[in-house]
Amino acid sequence: MARITHPKRALSTNPLKSSAPLGAALAYLGMDGAVPLFHGSQGCTAFAMVHLVRHFKEAVPLQTTAMNEVSTILGGADQIEEAIENLRKKSNPRFIGIASTALTETRGEDVVGELKDIVARRSDFADTAIVYASTPDFSGGMEDGWAKAVEAIVAALLPDIDPVFRKTEPRQVNLLCGSYLTPVEIEEIVRLIRAFGLSPIVLPDISTSLDGHMSDNWSGTSLGGTTRADVARMTESAFTLAIGESMRGAAKLIEDRAFVPYRVFQSVTGLKPVDALVRTLMGVSGQPDAPPSVKRDRSRLIDAALDAHFHIGGLKVAMGADPDLLFALSNCLSGMGAQIVTAVSTTTANPVAERVPADTVLIGDLGDLERHAGQSGAQMLITHAHGRHAAQRLQLPLLRAGFPIFDRLGAQDICRVGYRGTRAFLYEVANIVQARHHRARPEDFGAAPIPEEFEHDPHPASH
Amino acid sequence: MSDALKSKINDVFNEPACGHNVNKTEQQRKKGCAKPLTPGAAAGGCAFDGAKIVLQPIVDVAHLVHAPLACEGNGWDNRGAASSGSERYRTGFTTDLTELDIVMGHGEKKLFRSIREVIEAENPPAVFVYATCVPALIGDDIDAVCKAATQTFGVPCIPVNAPGYVGSKNLGNKLAGEAMLDHVIGTVEPAECTPYDLNFVGDYNLSGELWQVKPLLDRLGIRILGSLSADARYKQVAMMHRARVTMMVCSKALINVARKLEENYGIPYFEGSFYGISDTSDSLRQMCRIMIERGAAPELMDRCEALIAEEEANIWAQLEQFRPRVAGKKVLLYTGGHKSWSVVAALQELGMEVIGTSVRKATEGDKDRVKDIMGDDKHMFDNMAPKDMYRLLKEAKADVLMSGGRSQFVALKAKMPWVDVNQEKHEPYAGYMGMVDLVRAIDRAVNNPMWADLRGPAPWDEPVASQGAYVPPLRGTCPVTNASTPGVTIPVADAAFGPSSDTDFEDC
Repeated sequence: MARITHPKRALSTNPLKSSAPLGAALAYLGMDGAVPLFHGSQGCTAFAMVHLVRHFKEAVPLQTTAMNEVSTILGGADQIEEAIENLRKKSNPRFIGIASTALTETRGEDVVGELKDIVARRSDFADTAIVYASTPDFSGGMEDGWAKAVEAIVAALLPDIDPVFRKTEPRQVNLLCGSYLTPVEIEEIVRLIRAFGLSPIVLPDISTSLDGHMSDNWSGTSLGGTTRADVARMTESAFTLAIGESMRGAAKLIEDRAFVPYRVFQSVTGLKPVDALVRTLMGVSGQPDAPPSVKRDRSRLIDAALDAHFHIGGLKVAMGADPDLLFALSNCLSGMGAQIVTAVSTTTANPVAERVPADTVLIGDLGDLERHAGQSGAQMLITHAHGRHAAQRLQLPLLRAGFPIFDRLGAQDICRVGYRGTRAFLYEVANIVQARHHRARPEDFGAAPIPEEFEHDPHPASH
Repeated sequence: MSDALKSKINDVFNEPACGHNVNKTEQQRKKGCAKPLTPGAAAGGCAFDGAKIVLQPIVDVAHLVHAPLACEGNGWDNRGAASSGSERYRTGFTTDLTELDIVMGHGEKKLFRSIREVIEAENPPAVFVYATCVPALIGDDIDAVCKAATQTFGVPCIPVNAPGYVGSKNLGNKLAGEAMLDHVIGTVEPAECTPYDLNFVGDYNLSGELWQVKPLLDRLGIRILGSLSADARYKQVAMMHRARVTMMVCSKALINVARKLEENYGIPYFEGSFYGISDTSDSLRQMCRIMIERGAAPELMDRCEALIAEEEANIWAQLEQFRPRVAGKKVLLYTGGHKSWSVVAALQELGMEVIGTSVRKATEGDKDRVKDIMGDDKHMFDNMAPKDMYRLLKEAKADVLMSGGRSQFVALKAKMPWVDVNQEKHEPYAGYMGMVDLVRAIDRAVNNPMWADLRGPAPWDEPVASQGAYVPPLRGTCPVTNASTPGVTIPVADAAFGPSSDTDFEDC
């Protein structure tokens, strides 16, 4: 049980978290034909867009209500309406996800009320689903914004169900994806689910919109993702699998609305967490056994763990990430004998932070991570790409995890979930350890070197 | 918005040295040059972004952003301004305002404490404090905090008042310049002044472009005294008032700084560019001419001409080897400004054909120059929607797109070679030697053998001859793709009916 602490300082040095609206935008991009819309000044959108483009290396549709001084003071309802109208004219999106920003939240706008008005008045907007989440920059980080957006999608697009006449599809399950899952990780979980003869509805599904593919046409909206009809069908599912503690709210909402039972998987990285998922899939699919390929993957993971534990056991790791990701990876490494000597996270909203296998979890920034990693003798840093400067100064290897990763290609292809992803993750960590080859010297143990008179070549150090 | 900021913005908009502004009627001028942004169809950064672009390259200053997380958290360390010294400018300092800070009105106190902490930790020559939307909205007085902090800590704390909602990136550029004029320029005296002292304004040393030009200046004995803000130290901004001439590089973004340096300190300025061969030579000539007018030895011009002659001959010889590889290639140029004309001239000289160019930010004078260079105006276009550009590229009307990052994926998704020529680019293309790098980049892009493979047909695009053997149709439903054969269902094990299925759903 980790203690959650806040550093006593006013200055934040090298932010670890990305903003909540950015998380919401990313979740919205997991909807089909979507354009996320920031309710704020245009800079809020520009920064977030550059951030997303640098990570995914894709054109990212993201728009703004372009609040100026006057509209900030008088209220931005007209700006929202105009933005929706212009977006529909320009790129005809099937889905518009609105996220508020610090600017409009500081003023305190009743966007929910205004939006209701607009939608009631503008019947011509009917074929575009419009969803709103309140995501002020000053509260929480990317994970919180993502979670709020998913809850907003569920709240807005899931129809009300009469429990007596509920239609059910026994082989259909809902998969709620936490903010840290990459497109390929979603694919991996989907594969696992399908291996049990179940068919998942994924929400939000960035595995088809941000996986990096060529399309035949230029589109001003997302190029794939969960459709509006899929979301409506979620009421018929037999079960909801929520990946990441931050998805509990959305899972609960689906249960309340449509009586679909759920289970939250705080992690799907590591042998035991994946076992738990597989047990659930066996139960839901009514199979007392798992398919051979899954069994094979599990036995390969066990073999990988045997090989990797020599390198991971005792390894001192400093990690900084949003709570869900922090828990998933640190829990896996700790289960392999590594020591999480420094854990830094971004937000207090997620209770999973208390379960991180470290003495304390600091709600802080990369400056804290760097300082504590240096003091605690960490041998490896795990955080996003901005950690490269800290890693360089500390002369430690950096394993890139989280968002953003802008200095390596293929961020969307990193897979650290399921039996196969865990196997790859263990190899990744073990290989980083092995790459820092240390050749033993007599001096390391306090022994004197061989006397120079025996050497054919003179000692390099003495000349 | 405070009255001070309001009058500052009016002042910035009323720029006597701006050609646009001079041609306006009194009424138009009153409106300012802020174009109203269209909700749902706006692009680009805010005023804060603009201020940061101009000032962040000052390498030894601590840049402290007074804001909730997004302003710095989503935007720090994202540009390639290079430093030959301190790396402090790459560190993201922010007050990370939380809900509690905003509700309780702790903003000013937190800012003051943050300034103290950053000075204690870093000992910077100055702290630049950036205002953003939220503190401006709740009325934090960053000018007062900076003043108090300067007195308390003895380190200059400079307020940069450009909250995002006041306007565009360009306005932010200018407001940043104003902050320097008000608080920094003229506060430090150089140990000695020479007639060969130069100010650089409007260059940011992206990818080290300054250093492609600096060898030329070194050979002429010209010293870069002031810089806003390519590879600049704080002192180089503070000493700008002692230079002999200001070169305004490439853009009009900081024209207010150049003009006020002339008005307040009598330093003449000229507009020049280091993109392209002829522009580089012209800039060197102008620089030397003004220096001679202001007291440098007249032989400077002889040395300058000799240098130009030598460098130009050398560079054309180097470029000539690329001619067979790039001649006849069709280039579509899509940049914001007009900085590329000299580049266009050089490309044409090498036998490339510029089939179109955007003139969206160009002035009438610029457009005349395009006509001069291109022969007529049918190749000029204004804004182009990504969809239209995609179609144009897809129809392969061009061999390469040269543009900024915004259209990168339009080109790539149309399987079209793309060369980055905007400010975010990762390769330096300045001066004489930069031209070789640019042509090499074009060569590398258009002649990559990959394009032919990528544009070729997929295996299933062409009919396959039957192998002759009978292959029975697929049976069952694939749980991975959901493809099914009608009438056939795959047996799925049911717990109630016995043991598990030995069907492997994975490998159907």
